[in-house]
Amino acid sequence: MKTKLLGVAAGIAAAAVIAVSAPSEAAVKTFVFCSEGSPGGFNPSLHSAGTDFDASAQTINNRLAEFEPGTTKVVPGLAESWTASDDGLSYTFHLRKGVKWHSNDQFTPTRDFNADDVLFSFNRQWKEDHPYNPVSGGKYLYFGWMDMGTALSSIEKIDDYTVKMTLNAPDAPFVSNLAMDFASILSAEYADKMAAAGTMETVDDAPIGTGPFEFVSYKKDAVIRYKAFDQYWEGRPKIDKLVFAITVDKSVAWQKVQAGECHMMPYPNPADLEAMSKNPDINLLSQEGLNVGYLGFNAERAPFDDVRVRQALSMAINKQAILDVVFKGAGSAAKNPIPPTMWSYNDDVVDYPYDPAAAKALLAEAGVNGLKTNIWAMPVARPYNPNARRMAELIQADWAKIGVDAEIVSYEWGEYRERIRAGEHDTALLGWTGDNGDPDNFMFVLLGCEAAKSNVARWCNTRFDGLLRAAKKTSDPAERTALYEQAQLVFKREAPWFTVAHSVQFRPVRKEVVGFKIHPLGSHIFKYVDLK
Amino acid sequence: MFSFLVNRLAILAPVFFGVTLLSFGFIRILPGDPILALSGERSISPEQHAALLSKLGLDKPLWEQYFNYISNILQGDFGTSVLTNRPVLDEFLELFPATVELATCAMIFAILIGLPAGIFAAVKRRTFYDQGIMGISLVGYSMPIFWWGLLLIILFSNILGWTPVSGRVSFLFDVEPVTGFLLIDSLLGDEEGAFASALHHLILPSIVLGTIPLAIIARQTRSAMLEVLSEDYVRTARAKGLSPIRVYGLHALRNAMITVITVIGLQVGVLLAGAILTETIFSWPGIGKWIIFSVFSRDYFAVQGGLVLIAICIMSVNLIVDLMYGLINPRILHTR
Repeated sequence: MKTKLLGVAAGIAAAAVIAVSAPSEAAVKTFVFCSEGSPGGFNPSLHSAGTDFDASAQTINNRLAEFEPGTTKVVPGLAESWTASDDGLSYTFHLRKGVKWHSNDQFTPTRDFNADDVLFSFNRQWKEDHPYNPVSGGKYLYFGWMDMGTALSSIEKIDDYTVKMTLNAPDAPFVSNLAMDFASILSAEYADKMAAAGTMETVDDAPIGTGPFEFVSYKKDAVIRYKAFDQYWEGRPKIDKLVFAITVDKSVAWQKVQAGECHMMPYPNPADLEAMSKNPDINLLSQEGLNVGYLGFNAERAPFDDVRVRQALSMAINKQAILDVVFKGAGSAAKNPIPPTMWSYNDDVVDYPYDPAAAKALLAEAGVNGLKTNIWAMPVARPYNPNARRMAELIQADWAKIGVDAEIVSYEWGEYRERIRAGEHDTALLGWTGDNGDPDNFMFVLLGCEAAKSNVARWCNTRFDGLLRAAKKTSDPAERTALYEQAQLVFKREAPWFTVAHSVQFRPVRKEVVGFKIHPLGSHIFKYVDLK
Repeated sequence: MFSFLVNRLAILAPVFFGVTLLSFGFIRILPGDPILALSGERSISPEQHAALLSKLGLDKPLWEQYFNYISNILQGDFGTSVLTNRPVLDEFLELFPATVELATCAMIFAILIGLPAGIFAAVKRRTFYDQGIMGISLVGYSMPIFWWGLLLIILFSNILGWTPVSGRVSFLFDVEPVTGFLLIDSLLGDEEGAFASALHHLILPSIVLGTIPLAIIARQTRSAMLEVLSEDYVRTARAKGLSPIRVYGLHALRNAMITVITVIGLQVGVLLAGAILTETIFSWPGIGKWIIFSVFSRDYFAVQGGLVLIAICIMSVNLIVDLMYGLINPRILHTR
């Protein structure tokens, strides 16, 4: 026993000594990202979570259009330029020449990126009779969420470097959709080769893209490795190796960042923010997220069908108290349905003041006395609402002061959304994180008359809806801005939501990292990152 | 011996079906489904929802789903994960060695400390040492694993900087999986320092996962020893004037070991349950972390396949322990 113990002790001691002097790869720049979870896979059209996109779309792939890092401005990607027809029904994309594909053990590309790849990438998701449609489970959730199937009428190859997409109805935000991760372009040549070999799923498991990093290996739940792609069309990334060290627990991830085992982590615990801001080795980056948290009034139900009741209940809530207690400084007051970082945000809109006395008077004017209602609170923390239960309690207390008796209701997350969709609530807390940086993606999706799927307020205002529809039809940014600004005024006057907050996103990054920017859409982009 | 084996297997059959029923039913009782879990706030239309569920075969009547599930399992098909679209068995086999490696090290740690501590406490019965050891083991037994893990990380990794925070091996090493056991694979490969790094990464998780079994082993060893120490043959041995080492080591410990081995065998279940939390804290890529993630994402097929595979492992170990017990103590073979 004694010798055994000694042996183990010696082994551990030796391990400690050797580990400290582990070989350093000084010449090779390796960036380690403590990612928050394992990706479901490496095809961004099949796997639709942010974790999946960081691991595939943002590292391995490109899209026809891209978001400029740090903004939601749509800039050329694999398409060098595009033109819209006058009726807004068709878009012609001129593709970039000389874009190289990655290679791996099973595939060496014989040609550059061209129109066939674009057709393959979209038709696979769109056409159920496409040979690749059912491969790897065939669930193209984001394609469905963005209603791409309904929007598209046809995709044609004009020549090797020109593609024309025709829509069923004018839809100005369409190009923004093409910059989204699910619209990443995959190699048709690789797909053909794997189909011939009878291993179609390899296309999704051993990904090939045109992006800044080549996929090297993935050990489930442990680590994903990438290397810089020397022939990347924007220029080779400055770091040589990119490692995702999968670390689910946020407290542990923060320990790893402090210990220098990771260069940065996403989504820190709010409780750790203060320590992060004081740590001399860390830059705590922050940016307002492209999101909104709100309380929706079910406008199909009395008395919430009366605009005065919605206005009164809005005036009765102390928004600042919610920001202090629930967001602890990591949120800014919301007055519009879109966040202030988004183009067309109307800063002239005046929010309802916190005024319980006026609220009480307005309720009386609407003939509402002794109102009994409910507040639905989400069971989960989301970026736009870190603690819905607490928020509901604060609102409940505020309403009690004007004689409104509200009960707090909660369900499991999936059921919560299903019941809201069925309209079972009086008022419900929810929120939204933008997909493509277009105001349409907030206002039309969440408040449009057709948005039966996600209109929590079940509110349909013809004036508001008409403005949004007009904004869909024109691709002139100035005209669209004017229309959305008006729509925000209508929204505030009608008060279908009590707009709560836009949350701030934080990223602790070690001081030796340069060139990292927080992306408003939440993606983590490492192609411009360098290490000092 | 043969009839004993048949007897044990006959008992395992209903247990196996019970497990399939529970793991099938348990994940379906939870509200939500895999599609809703994937959707976030993007509520999808009932048509899209139904179409996706039908793609997964979740629109069929429950009895039919269960029947397919059982008949597939009996053919060695444990289903396909909704999230990754890979066979559940493949995912399990990829991750299982990591859990076994961690559990083995945790067990070695628990035995190396628990056994001597238990013997010492029994020998020094009703002294300060006995009470101290039993007190500490009670604390160890009641320690919330999550808190204990974070505490050790903060002390040893962050303040003292002695151990890595989490993971299985430094990201500098890309060890080629041969057996799946990193300690072995790193020795087989040619990357210098990989073995040391793997061993180094094992220290804290092994301590955290081994703490509860350690406490149990210490307490059980103590009580088994006390029982044996009051036997006539021990008294006789003492009366013969044998040295304490011979009395305790040769006569008492050998007999006490029968109970202790059983207890150690039973810890397999405790270790696998503890692995769920330990693996989450230490980002250890094993089956515990995988199962918990699958439950959260309502990955029905991963949960119902994974739980059955885990149950098969526990049942196999219990069967082996039973057989070993029978070999050590042949009376058992005849009394059943």
